[in-house]
Amino acid sequence: MNNVRFDLVRPLDLTFALAPDLLLMAGTMILLLASAWGAETSRRQRDVGRWSIVLCVLTLAGVVYMWWAGHTATRGVIAVDPFRWATDVLILLGAILAIALSMDYLEREHIDIAEAHVLILFATAGMMLLAAARDLMIVFLGIELMSIAVYVLAGLNRRSGRAAEAALKYFLLGAFSTGFLLYGIALVFGATGSTNIADIGAAILARNLATNAMLLAGVALLIVGLGFKVAAAPFHMWTPDVYEGAPTPMTAFMAAAVKAAAFAVFLRIWMEAFPYLNGAWHKPLWYLAVVTMVVGNVVALAQKNIKRMLAYSSIAHAGYLLVAVVVSNFEGASAYLFYVFAYTLATMGAFAVVMALAQTGERGQQIEDYAGLWRVRPGLSIAMAVFMLALLGFPIFGGMGFFAKWYVLQAALRPPSQTNLAIWVVLTSLISAGYYLYVVMVMFMKARPAESPSPLKVPGMTRFVIATCAIVLLVVGIWPRPVLRVARRSLPQLVHLSEELPRAPATQP
Amino acid sequence: MLELLADIGYQRWVLPALLIIPVVGAILIYLARIGRGRPDDIANAGGARVIAFVTLLVEFLVSVGLWWTFDTSRTTWQNVVMKPWIPEWGANFVVGIDGISLMMILLTTFIMPLSVLGSWTSVREKLPAYYALLLVLTTGMIGVFISLDLLLFYVMWEVMLVPMYFIIGIWGGERRLYASIKFFLYTMIGSLLMLVAILYLWIQTWQAGAPTFSYDALLRTIDVSRTAGLLLFGAFFLAFAVKVPMFPFHTWLPDAHVEAPTAGSVILAGIMLKMGTYGFLRFAMPLFPDAALSPAVRTTMLALAVIGIIYGALVAMVQPDFKKLVAYSSVSHLGFVMLGILALTLESVQGALMVMINHGISTGALFFLIGMIYERRHSRMIDAYGGIARVVPLFAAMLTIVSLSSIGLPGTNGFVGEFLVLIGSFRTQPIWTVIATTGVIFAAAYLLWAIQRILFQPVTHAENERLTDLNVRETVIMAALVIPILWIGIYPKPILDRMERSAAAFITLVGGSNADRSAGMRPGE
Repeated sequence: MNNVRFDLVRPLDLTFALAPDLLLMAGTMILLLASAWGAETSRRQRDVGRWSIVLCVLTLAGVVYMWWAGHTATRGVIAVDPFRWATDVLILLGAILAIALSMDYLEREHIDIAEAHVLILFATAGMMLLAAARDLMIVFLGIELMSIAVYVLAGLNRRSGRAAEAALKYFLLGAFSTGFLLYGIALVFGATGSTNIADIGAAILARNLATNAMLLAGVALLIVGLGFKVAAAPFHMWTPDVYEGAPTPMTAFMAAAVKAAAFAVFLRIWMEAFPYLNGAWHKPLWYLAVVTMVVGNVVALAQKNIKRMLAYSSIAHAGYLLVAVVVSNFEGASAYLFYVFAYTLATMGAFAVVMALAQTGERGQQIEDYAGLWRVRPGLSIAMAVFMLALLGFPIFGGMGFFAKWYVLQAALRPPSQTNLAIWVVLTSLISAGYYLYVVMVMFMKARPAESPSPLKVPGMTRFVIATCAIVLLVVGIWPRPVLRVARRSLPQLVHLSEELPRAPATQP
Repeated sequence: MLELLADIGYQRWVLPALLIIPVVGAILIYLARIGRGRPDDIANAGGARVIAFVTLLVEFLVSVGLWWTFDTSRTTWQNVVMKPWIPEWGANFVVGIDGISLMMILLTTFIMPLSVLGSWTSVREKLPAYYALLLVLTTGMIGVFISLDLLLFYVMWEVMLVPMYFIIGIWGGERRLYASIKFFLYTMIGSLLMLVAILYLWIQTWQAGAPTFSYDALLRTIDVSRTAGLLLFGAFFLAFAVKVPMFPFHTWLPDAHVEAPTAGSVILAGIMLKMGTYGFLRFAMPLFPDAALSPAVRTTMLALAVIGIIYGALVAMVQPDFKKLVAYSSVSHLGFVMLGILALTLESVQGALMVMINHGISTGALFFLIGMIYERRHSRMIDAYGGIARVVPLFAAMLTIVSLSSIGLPGTNGFVGEFLVLIGSFRTQPIWTVIATTGVIFAAAYLLWAIQRILFQPVTHAENERLTDLNVRETVIMAALVIPILWIGIYPKPILDRMERSAAAFITLVGGSNADRSAGMRPGE
């Protein structure tokens, strides 16, 4: 291994440090031209989709190479560390699965827009930038690149009123939240004199800014902005409507990859820039996590539409992931990686099943429509049961989901121990059994009504996505060690400071 | 025989093999593609039950070797297999048995093939799925009884939950949805609390520098404050008390037992309830003896156990539904087990273990008989029958024998267990024991009264005249169950010998001095 230490001041080094990202962006441009050039046919849509997957795989190879080579970098605008590469892998995994699903979806709905895949790639490029960002300006850039593409994706189906509503709602609220974020960045810059995350951390320590009002206001605004992106309650209001209205593959993409990227940057900022503000943000984040878990799980109980139910479930999972941010140490970071891997597979898989079972025009998405599904589509039902149990965090049958939740719990319980937070995780998980099991019960134990339409044939790509997600979940659920080891090693490199000085002790509300 | 087993390295692979064989059977059922493309009912998919039966028969034959290879002179774990699982967290695949696990394994592998036979004609649709679930369930139950690693134990504890949930929910009776969800949620609430307790213990070992889930290591190093000990014991208590079930956590049981298909009821009563008492014997009490034996806690548990005995018996007496009657009788019988465990004398603990085995056989047999008659008449109500002894004499004979064993008639297995519990408990808990003894009388009352109304008296329903007697398959099931009923009733010594060291070790772990006081008399000699 010839690991290089990139000097990020030199343009060439910076270019190399961004190589996988640049590869993806360049490829995306070419695909954009390719899809704009020809006629809007189903065939072209599939071709572009295939090439998009190829591009993602190439980028993935680049990421894995960079990871394996073990390069590092000086303090600069981007990070070059295992945490970034691991997050990139998760994002690209989400993107590949989403593109595969949307190929089938667009064909079924007769939406021959090849640019859909290109938009997913753009969003992915923004997410990878987020994973790399070590400067608040790059964070902003990444969030914008990601969000604008996703706004369009939400409204992809022009014939659907719901999709238009979802896109508009997402766009307006998203723009609003970006305003919060930007204002927060400005205030933090005003207080510390830097947008670089490491420099902010150093400035807070050196100039003892822990009680600086401008800085604290900036941090609060950052929490609001990022809280919107990860769909934490009470900034979650857009989620159910957008998730329900958007095309199912795009919903899956939003629920998995967007959340993963936003959490990655959340963690990095909190671990590197604000460790010495612990006393100030700990309590608000603690309550944010608890409220998110409770609201997500309790409201999900009342949902009749499967996509809305999954939307609230994703809010609940944002709450569990916030626990990792509250903990905000290395254990939290590896818990995040492990959790998001499991969550991405389970969510992607669940939405894939939802997509496969919907009739043209996104009908048939009430949970009751799945009654007796087992008798006509046993494979799909078993896969869905696995995804539901994985989201519930059940061992063996839920595969990796159990270890993911266990990881979050144990991260919370290591000193400084957050016992109460762990108890909230367990209690809300118990509530979640109510709606996850309800889906299982409806599929397996209710009789199938005579008049219910028989489900469409499941297209190849969708079948591939469902099978992959279920099998990986189950295998890792029995043998979690390889993934665990990777997660434990893929830590963010905190430049210089955090290791040297003790953190302010966490307080328990 | 022993040499042959030693030659093939039996003791080194037997426990993992017991876990793997049923899973292989389940995969075979899937791969056989039985009746693909046609409705998977008996006509098309009957092969599934053959595969399941053969698999479980192999499982039984493999496990039977344990009976001879078990070394009664050792107190340490036997047949231990240890493989790293998640060493970063200190979780390992560790399995091993002592006398208690041994008997529970044999009970499980003995009941399971019979329950396949019992489902032979009563399960009529979705056969491959049903039998595959039965097989996976076997793995989960065996796993619970042999795990010596707390994380592995927890995983196995949850593994057996899902198949039973589906078995009740899909192949159950009319109120199966309600019963299955209730069963699942009750168990899950308890087990999640247990998970938190396990996590707490693990964090302690992690802070000490060596994270581990190992049962032995935890037993040695556990050091918690009094309050923490009480809370942790409470968490384990709830998980196991739901499963036993102890009054007042028993309300899931009548629903689940009644709605489950025959094999489901047999397995629930015969094996799964024992997991609760096994949990007390293996985990809850040895890990937190101070909490378990603190006077308030112990008295509360004794009171709940005795209330369970009396309450279960009284409620059983007024049930018009025979299956529900037997379900409530389980609450009563398991109360004896808890009484025996809490009394902490050698006889009482051994007696409790005997009741666990006996209840598995006798109540299992009762549920089989109910299933057989239900298949013919489609009613579980006692007053739908009457006088059928004349019509189906073999059935009547079997029901009588099994009921007498359940009542605890001397000469049958039921007597040995309850008698040991009562004389053992009388030494340390005389008052509770005296109250509990009335439960034996109530048991005689409700069962004798029930079989009197079912078997004797004149035939009041014309359709009962056309009932057919037990066929060959059913006779085989009942014969297999009646043999141990009589054998244990007459000569229980081999079983008691195998459990004695483990029972004594349990008492030493929990109470210390009590073991010496009562070591004088050894029943069954």
